[in-house]
Amino acid sequence: MKRKIVSLLAIATMTATMFAGCGGSDTASTDSAAPAEGGEATETTEETVAELPEDTGKVFNIYCWNEEFKSRLTDHYADYTEVDATHGKIGDVDVVWNITPSTDNAYQNNLDEALLAQESASADDKIDLFLVEADYALKYVDTDFAMPLSDLGITDADLADQYKYTQDIVTDSNGKLKGASWQACSAGFIYNREAAKEILGTDDPDEVQAAVADWDKYNETAKKVADAGYTMCSVNDTFRVYSNNVSGKWVQDDKVVIDKNIEKWIDDSKALVDAKAEDTDDLWGDDWAKGKTPAGKVFCYFGPAWFFNFCLDADQDGTIANQGGWGYCVGPQSYYWGGTWLCAATGTDNANLVKDIILTMTTDKAVLKEIAQKDADCVNSKTVLKELASDESGNLDLLGGQNPYPQLAEGAEKVDLSNISAYDQGCNEELQKAMKNYFLGKATKDEALDMFKKAVVEKYPNLTAE
Amino acid sequence: MDANILSYDKKVREDNNMAENTSSVTKKKDNGASIHARRFVAYLVLILVSFLCLFWFYVLFINATRSHSELSQGFTAIPSSHLIDNWVNLKSGTLPIFNGMVNSLIISVATATLATYFSTMTAYAIHAYDFKLKNFMFTFILMIMMIPTQVTALGFLQLIDKMHLDNSAIPLIVPAIASPAVFFYMKQYMDSTLPLSLVEAARIDGSGEFRTFNQIVVPLMKPAIAVQAIFSFVGSWNNYFTPALVLHDDTKKTLPILIAQLRNADWLKFDMGQVYMMIAFSIFPVIIVYLLLSRFIVGGVTLGGVKG
Amino acid sequence: MNKKSKVVSYNKWGYIFLIPFVVIYLVFQMIPLVSTIYNSLFEYYRSGLTQIGPNFVGFENYATIITNGDLPTYFKNTMIMWVLGFVPQIVLSLLLGAWFTDPSLKLKCQTFFKTVIYLPNLIMASAFSMLFFTLFADSGPINSMLMQIGVFHEAYKFMSNVWSVRTLVATMNCLMWFGNTTILLMAGMMGIDPSLFEAAQVDGATATQIFYKITLPLLKPILIFVMITSLIGGLQMFDVPQILTNGSGDPMRSSMTLIMYLNKHLFSKNYGLAGALSVFMFIITGILSLIVFKFTGKEDKDGR
Repeated sequence: MKRKIVSLLAIATMTATMFAGCGGSDTASTDSAAPAEGGEATETTEETVAELPEDTGKVFNIYCWNEEFKSRLTDHYADYTEVDATHGKIGDVDVVWNITPSTDNAYQNNLDEALLAQESASADDKIDLFLVEADYALKYVDTDFAMPLSDLGITDADLADQYKYTQDIVTDSNGKLKGASWQACSAGFIYNREAAKEILGTDDPDEVQAAVADWDKYNETAKKVADAGYTMCSVNDTFRVYSNNVSGKWVQDDKVVIDKNIEKWIDDSKALVDAKAEDTDDLWGDDWAKGKTPAGKVFCYFGPAWFFNFCLDADQDGTIANQGGWGYCVGPQSYYWGGTWLCAATGTDNANLVKDIILTMTTDKAVLKEIAQKDADCVNSKTVLKELASDESGNLDLLGGQNPYPQLAEGAEKVDLSNISAYDQGCNEELQKAMKNYFLGKATKDEALDMFKKAVVEKYPNLTAE
Repeated sequence: MDANILSYDKKVREDNNMAENTSSVTKKKDNGASIHARRFVAYLVLILVSFLCLFWFYVLFINATRSHSELSQGFTAIPSSHLIDNWVNLKSGTLPIFNGMVNSLIISVATATLATYFSTMTAYAIHAYDFKLKNFMFTFILMIMMIPTQVTALGFLQLIDKMHLDNSAIPLIVPAIASPAVFFYMKQYMDSTLPLSLVEAARIDGSGEFRTFNQIVVPLMKPAIAVQAIFSFVGSWNNYFTPALVLHDDTKKTLPILIAQLRNADWLKFDMGQVYMMIAFSIFPVIIVYLLLSRFIVGGVTLGGVKG
Repeated sequence: MNKKSKVVSYNKWGYIFLIPFVVIYLVFQMIPLVSTIYNSLFEYYRSGLTQIGPNFVGFENYATIITNGDLPTYFKNTMIMWVLGFVPQIVLSLLLGAWFTDPSLKLKCQTFFKTVIYLPNLIMASAFSMLFFTLFADSGPINSMLMQIGVFHEAYKFMSNVWSVRTLVATMNCLMWFGNTTILLMAGMMGIDPSLFEAAQVDGATATQIFYKITLPLLKPILIFVMITSLIGGLQMFDVPQILTNGSGDPMRSSMTLIMYLNKHLFSKNYGLAGALSVFMFIITGILSLIVFKFTGKEDKDGR
């Protein structure tokens, strides 16, 4: 054991100049705090895990679909220097960004081919790090193409401050954790304060929460909202809330199973659409966006921090956000929306660097706090969120001065994603599309369900749906 | 002039019946009133059609002047004040848009050139010569024209992977040499306008076959080449599917991929104003290319149709 | 035109001029094509990152497609949307072509009109669709206009009704492609020897007669081209309905085209089913094209 520690330390010192040996220690603003943390991380690593082979790769390939992580790394990973739009340097290693937009599934197609060719790829072409989204994470995580974090020398202790649901998403069927995220996008109920005062007689987050505490209360409130001439929201807004709280996986023994909570979404939504309490607008469309102004007469949206920060158009005159007219509470059930996970690719020739990037970007509290403050990401650290919850600086104008972090932290704690499957992306998309026909009266419930089953089997030929 | 054709409706019906109705055409001389009526209808339709064609560019322009938040408020007909902001944001962003334009230009120009030149050559081979496989080849090319491109796309990608042409413009350009639809057009155009007597006259003058093709046939085919050059150029310019799967380096990417990337941006950077600005930016060069090439077609028709 | 016997000695040049096309075709298209047809006999797809197959299954993929009975529906949808778009498109194109070439009309600003009509084709289908979404949204300008003049009392959901979606798809296709057709026709018209028109006018023919007796017959090869390529393009209709319905072909797949259906199988890289489906597509296209050829070919002989 001792020898191992020594050799590891030797590697660490050798490479420390090239790679960031202790995560975030060079970050200017946190000079005093960070080295201690970095030191701790190294220690725990040494005790439990086999040493990593020395990094031999000269090129560090990162696969992703947009520039989000690139800008995070540029801003918060001290040793990274940008060369041009798709190239950077960490020490002597050239970082290459392979960015493919996800439109038309191009990102996954591209990543699939690259991973399948990983073994035979030349050293400079091997993927080192790739990014995934939650909806399809298991497609990659539940294969040998993604490395268990434990093989990288990252321990449970390193990750203890992260929210459990962010780990559920990237835990494979053998219980191995294979990825990590710097974000914890717990989401909740964003309500129109004016409308809440008018209909519920209060705009206090706790009292509004009481009015939508579960789906029965939510449905009652929705009817009142409809009577007052408002629309609650779109059925597509509530879908994620229901689908995050299912009691079983979408696919069991290669068979598509429609969960009770999904059934409930279908029935609740149909009733509310018929009562004109909810509409069927597609997310991001013009009709859906009309609720951002008072004239749109929409009672609420469902969304996480990035949603109210960037999607409610606070900079635009006349929007509710601009007048500070939104409020935030947890809503009927806890759920999450969005986030990017980092996965190490099996066969990477820069394992130490991969490890350090994952540790720095997803566990270093100083870095995470910086990200929270600079980029308004809701970060994946219980400690940091707690700090922000008790801090005045978390108060947001667009929420009428409310600090949403207590609710965000509470939500993130409660999200339970033990029931995700590799088929979630396809099943969720197809169900919403098919059910819209039922809600609008274009098909019966059974016809719409048949349409859904047909579409799922087309997407995943190995499944059965009957 | 034919007095029967007074109204738009009637004209449409006549057009549908095409040649069959020729016998019913009378030899009445047209009078001033009917000419005026027809001209009025023609202008009315043309103005309406032009409006429908230009309207989209107006909306694109309007949207390019609006900020992201304004855009999410829905449609307006009045431009806003963010044109310069959007442009500056787009230009100072990390996407290499000028690079993208150069890439798009290279790929599209090369595609259009190869597609038209070699299709003319292929069509000429079938049109001007008699050889054993001639009919077979013609039928064969027509048949492959009917194969949907979407399916072979996957096999095509596997192939270029094996050929190590990944991340290169070559697989986007070279296959244009074999463009069945362009060939078919060239062949049909030759059928209607290229007399073989011209070719024979050239032979008598001692011109080699290759020279005859380049110096006599190609110039005669100018309108057809211009038409297909425009179509190939535009098709290649707006192509997203294949380039997105082939090109990985930002510096090698074409404009449609960059647009998709801009629309995929994370929430901190997502900006529809920039997207519309980028769309406007990427349409600009096509319009110029189109205007340059369209002179061959537009000018030509006047020559052919109105002369005398 | 038919006397080609004199060029016999030059005929090897026919082969030489074919070389580039054939070589490139064989390399870049034949190999993928053969593998497509070959794959149609296999169970061969991806489940996530795991390759399933290829396992030889004979004609099982073909049987699957025939028995689930979706093909005729999607074929019908495709044809309906194609006809809805193509009829106005070809009528408008011929009409414009006739006007532009009619010497007695003496239309002004011809260059402008001729240039403008092709412009919509320059816009990417995805960008075009974005604009359509905005215009035809429930709270969009078209709806508020219709409600103001009292056509509807509440917003009409253009994207959720069978015929409005089909009509929108057809409208977009027509707008995007009628300029293309017109240009093809005009280029054909331009190639016609002007002396023919002069001779006809000297003989006292009217503009209409010139159009029907000279322009149209000489234009026939180009018209056949337009018909065939539009038909093929119509059968392969994909991007507009795909983007406009977000790939769903809603409502209840009433605007799902054949290629959109094919595209569904590309998600799982289902080479087997997709291969079989494309063989069907190929047969359908072949039969329809043959009909058009036969039909126009006969007329051709009668016409001359």
